[in-house]
Amino acid sequence: MADRKIRILLAKPGLDGHDRGARVLARTFRDAGFEVIYTGCHQTPEQIVGAAIQEDVDMVGLSCLSGAHRYLFPAVAQQLQEQGADDITVVGGGIIPEQDMQPLYDAGLKALFTPGATLDSIVDWINENIKPRD
Amino acid sequence: MEELGKRAMAGDIRAASRLIRNIEDDIPETTKAIKHIFPYTGKAHVVGITGSPGAGKSTITDQLIFTMRQREKTVGVLAVDPTSPFTGGALLGDRIRMLRHAEDKGVFVRSLATRGAMGGLSKAVGDGIHVLDVMGKDIILVETVGVGQQEVDIINHAHTVIVVLVPGMGDEVQAIKAGLMEIADIFVINKADKDGARKLYKETLNMLNSGNFPNGWRPPILMLESSLEPHSFAASVEKLCDKIDEHYKHLVERHQLKERAIRKVITEMNDALRAAILEPVLSELAATGEFDFMVEKLLSKETDPYSLAEEISKKYLNK
Amino acid sequence: MFTEELLDKSSTMRKKWEDEVKKTVAKHADQKEKWTTVSDLEIKRLYGPEDIKNMDFEKDIGYPGQYPYLRGNQVTGYRGKYWTFRMFAGMGSAEETNQRWHYLLNSGQTGLSTAFDFPTLMGYDTDSPKARGECGKCGVAIDTIDDFFTLIKGIPLANITTSMTINPPATALWAMYCAAAEIQGIPLTKIGGTIQNDMLKEFIAQKTLMCPPEPSVKLISDTVEFGTKYVPRWNTISISGYHIREAGATAVQELAFTLRDGMEYVEDVIARKGLHVDEFAPRLSFFFNSHIDFFEEIAKLRAARRIWAKAMRERYGSTDERSWWMRFHTQTAGCSLTAQQPYNNVIRTATEALAAILGGTQSLHTNSLDEVLCLPSDHAVQIALRTQQIIAEETGVVNTIDPLAGSYFVEALTNEMEEKAWDYIHKIDDMGGMVKAIEKGFPQMEISDAAYKYQRQIDSGEKIMIGINKYNTDEDVEIPFLEIDDSVEKEQIERLNAVRRKRDSRKVRECLDDIRTACKKGENVMPYCIEAVKSYCSVQEICDVYREVYGEYRDPGMY
Ligand code: B12
Ligand SMILES: Nc1nc2c(ncn2[C@@H]2O[C@H](COP(=O)(O)OP(=O)(O)OP(=O)(O)O)[C@@H](O)[C@H]2O)c(=O)[nH]1
Ligand SMILES: [Mg+2]
Repeated sequence: MADRKIRILLAKPGLDGHDRGARVLARTFRDAGFEVIYTGCHQTPEQIVGAAIQEDVDMVGLSCLSGAHRYLFPAVAQQLQEQGADDITVVGGGIIPEQDMQPLYDAGLKALFTPGATLDSIVDWINENIKPRD
Repeated sequence: MEELGKRAMAGDIRAASRLIRNIEDDIPETTKAIKHIFPYTGKAHVVGITGSPGAGKSTITDQLIFTMRQREKTVGVLAVDPTSPFTGGALLGDRIRMLRHAEDKGVFVRSLATRGAMGGLSKAVGDGIHVLDVMGKDIILVETVGVGQQEVDIINHAHTVIVVLVPGMGDEVQAIKAGLMEIADIFVINKADKDGARKLYKETLNMLNSGNFPNGWRPPILMLESSLEPHSFAASVEKLCDKIDEHYKHLVERHQLKERAIRKVITEMNDALRAAILEPVLSELAATGEFDFMVEKLLSKETDPYSLAEEISKKYLNK
Repeated sequence: MFTEELLDKSSTMRKKWEDEVKKTVAKHADQKEKWTTVSDLEIKRLYGPEDIKNMDFEKDIGYPGQYPYLRGNQVTGYRGKYWTFRMFAGMGSAEETNQRWHYLLNSGQTGLSTAFDFPTLMGYDTDSPKARGECGKCGVAIDTIDDFFTLIKGIPLANITTSMTINPPATALWAMYCAAAEIQGIPLTKIGGTIQNDMLKEFIAQKTLMCPPEPSVKLISDTVEFGTKYVPRWNTISISGYHIREAGATAVQELAFTLRDGMEYVEDVIARKGLHVDEFAPRLSFFFNSHIDFFEEIAKLRAARRIWAKAMRERYGSTDERSWWMRFHTQTAGCSLTAQQPYNNVIRTATEALAAILGGTQSLHTNSLDEVLCLPSDHAVQIALRTQQIIAEETGVVNTIDPLAGSYFVEALTNEMEEKAWDYIHKIDDMGGMVKAIEKGFPQMEISDAAYKYQRQIDSGEKIMIGINKYNTDEDVEIPFLEIDDSVEKEQIERLNAVRRKRDSRKVRECLDDIRTACKKGENVMPYCIEAVKSYCSVQEICDVYREVYGEYRDPGMY
């Protein structure tokens, strides 16, 4: 019987090693019934995009607490676009200052979550906004 | 849908991954694409990698990819991880060990969740292999979930099965005797840095000594150097790669490839029949409420399962 | 600890009290059923003599400066000297960081502590493709000794101790410090400070990764040996629980994993370098977290000293009491702070700082109120430093040594922490030591479990964080925001290129070859690193040699 499941690539781009949040999210996503691929730390945008496409995920979740999101998040969004995969939703989280948000949305990020975001609110957002693509 | 098949054959990665997704999600029209590509399948060498949870299957797969790429072969990987029976979610953790190849156009890695399938694989593995095959991958590596002795479905899909053993698993050797022994073409002893690796080697060797090998292939036992010593680990995986090639050559030269192919098509035929005949019947029975009704009848001992099954087969099979 | 008579009396009185409690609770139920620490350790309503009756005063408590050092290493406590006010600082370019350092010293800071940026932390130069977008964002960017000279401009190396939070490239950065001292004519015996250089906790918690565990520990042992022989005032490892805790560990896990890490280093140096434990152990230092659960933290720090003293004396047969001292730096808990209502963070940090001081820390960093938003601004960092100064100079808590000793609760909790820590330590012994346990993913998974559980408890309101799940407000509080400009990267790459142009590239190649040979032969790399940095080899060039010889280690991504 047809059974679409939400597939998520959870990635840590750049040199950042702050993975507490990402690891908590990986478990959260599993427990919410999603299929999650977690990349671990230190991925390049190229690696992330390559993995996202091969895995046919519905969403790429980027976690970055190092401040390099300004370069890394748009790089991922842009490369997805270049590969004709901009139907994959890109979501980010971490230490993202208020003033950086609009440029990131402009670059194609669909949502940004910052410290204090509850796990439930993140899962709810995904259930509302990410539909497995047909 | 057929279009996806064509595009996958032309090497379109998005189409291929989408097609595998549709297979996984059991989207009915997907069969159209499979019908389209089926005639072109059967070219790749399919290698299964199985063993207990955490045995190092993914670590070895990663290094195999590396070595095979050096030997200028293209590689497809299907890596299966378990679905949580409680939440239906899954953490697909195999891929993380293979990320360094994410940018290599000659490598395609796809993670699959078991989604309730028993046997150590996902239901999508069979057709998934076809997709990678028509993409032109020379080698297809299939990593099973961490298995016990019953999950041996990989034998129905692979030409070469590697069984990964690790020291310190207690009754590991018993488990081999019970099941994995039957399916192994190559034994690998991993984590040679751990105590008990030599002992495990000897035990496995003894066990093989008492076996007989009608196909003329005695499964070799390879000790892999610790993956924590990247250089020597790489060298030992090269040897594993040689053995894989050797086994394939053996299958070809002894005309045994066909036996493996027969196993795969029989499995596929069985699966297809089940999908075409049994599943529609079951879903109709469920939809009409007839199934629940039959359950009641059985509970009250009004009738027995065999009589009911005969009745139903008469109705659906016009006999 | 107590006479039978007293215990009898206490027991009778206790029964009476318990009866009263039952009656009262029947009428007014407690606000909640279980009262636990932030680490989920259950705490009783009341502690009394019976909870510590098995303690042996001489063996378990004792006096300051005496085994088992429960009450501190310093015989005079804080009267002789306060803890070192040591604020972790680094941002943007070496020049900017140097300015911040001077600002802090002028504000009464008494020790320096360096935060490096990500490329430096991971052993890449600023122009590496992997480093794009990271330069200066999380600390100071150092590519070559040229940057290092700028960093230490006007800093009297012989009179101030400097801590460097640097791990895989520790040999390279420490070499720069040593080389800079030599060039300034200061003998190595005169300089003092700490390199963090604790790779085990990197695999467990912090994730600045380069080579596999085994060779990583080898490089660390090189520094320990070099320090022991030539830089006697340097702490060559800062065995760190801070990161373990911040990654989500409980207090007991922090205590146990950190101390077991320490034991692993001791065992490795003895085995690999053939040194006697007392030749190097006095220069091992530790680094702990001070989290928001006040008494749990005090108990943890007190227990840490006692466990270490016992381990050194009994496990390793040390006879030098300087080896028995556990000297440590403490940092308040970044993860206890909130972006919401950021001024509340001042109160949290003050409470945590107080716990660290009552626990007897020798050095302290206090987090700034903008911790969750950005690197600390001048204004925020000053409040954080003043927090320490107020505790030291105004509150009177420093007047007497270890004021909580003898408290039924604090002693019982200290004992409980110690017992639970030993359980973990023995479990890791059974696995064959910490390197083996890490390879199995044991500490990593324990921490993941704890982190997930805690996050769920926050989500469900079982544990409270004000501003996140209680007393929330919608108001946006404007606070000064420190921004690292993207132009820092471009300027740093220009500086690096300028150095590359002016240096003697043949000399560079030779120096790197020497390091390579030393690695292959298993020789100590430190002398070669010092030569290399003097010849303007960059951090990445040195680290690339390590990666080449020892292989690269990638995050196994456990969750
Ligand atoms: C814990 C911590 C550490 C731990 C990390 C342990 C680990 N393995 O994760 C340790 C102590 C090791 C550490 C080290 C460092 N840290 Co630190 N650290 C923190 C701290 C205090 C908390 C981060 C955290 O884990 N929070 C808990 C988790 C659950 O929350 P979270 O990750 O924010 O995730 C939540 C949301 O942001 C969101 N989210 C995040 N990602 C994603 C992704 C998706 C897809 C979604 C949907 C949501 C989402 O959802 C989560 C749930 O609410 C922050 C400050 C703070 N309070 O935030 C500093 C902080 C991030 N660290 C900082 C720095 C500078 C460092 C160092 C570079 C210091 C140095 N120079 O040596 C090192 C580098 C270490 C490394 N290799 O990465 C800075 C970064 C500055 C900046 N970006 O401008 C911060 C902001 C502190 C500060 N003000 O100085 N750190
Ligand atoms: N000590 C040691 N550890 C190893 C070796 N090879 C792999 N490991 C570690 O064993 C753990 C599991 O490795 P994986 O490759 O993920 O094992 P797996 O069989 O794919 O695991 P599952 O897919 O979860 O069943 C990892 O932490 C590896 O780092 C080895 O040779 N020696
Ligand atoms: Mg695996």
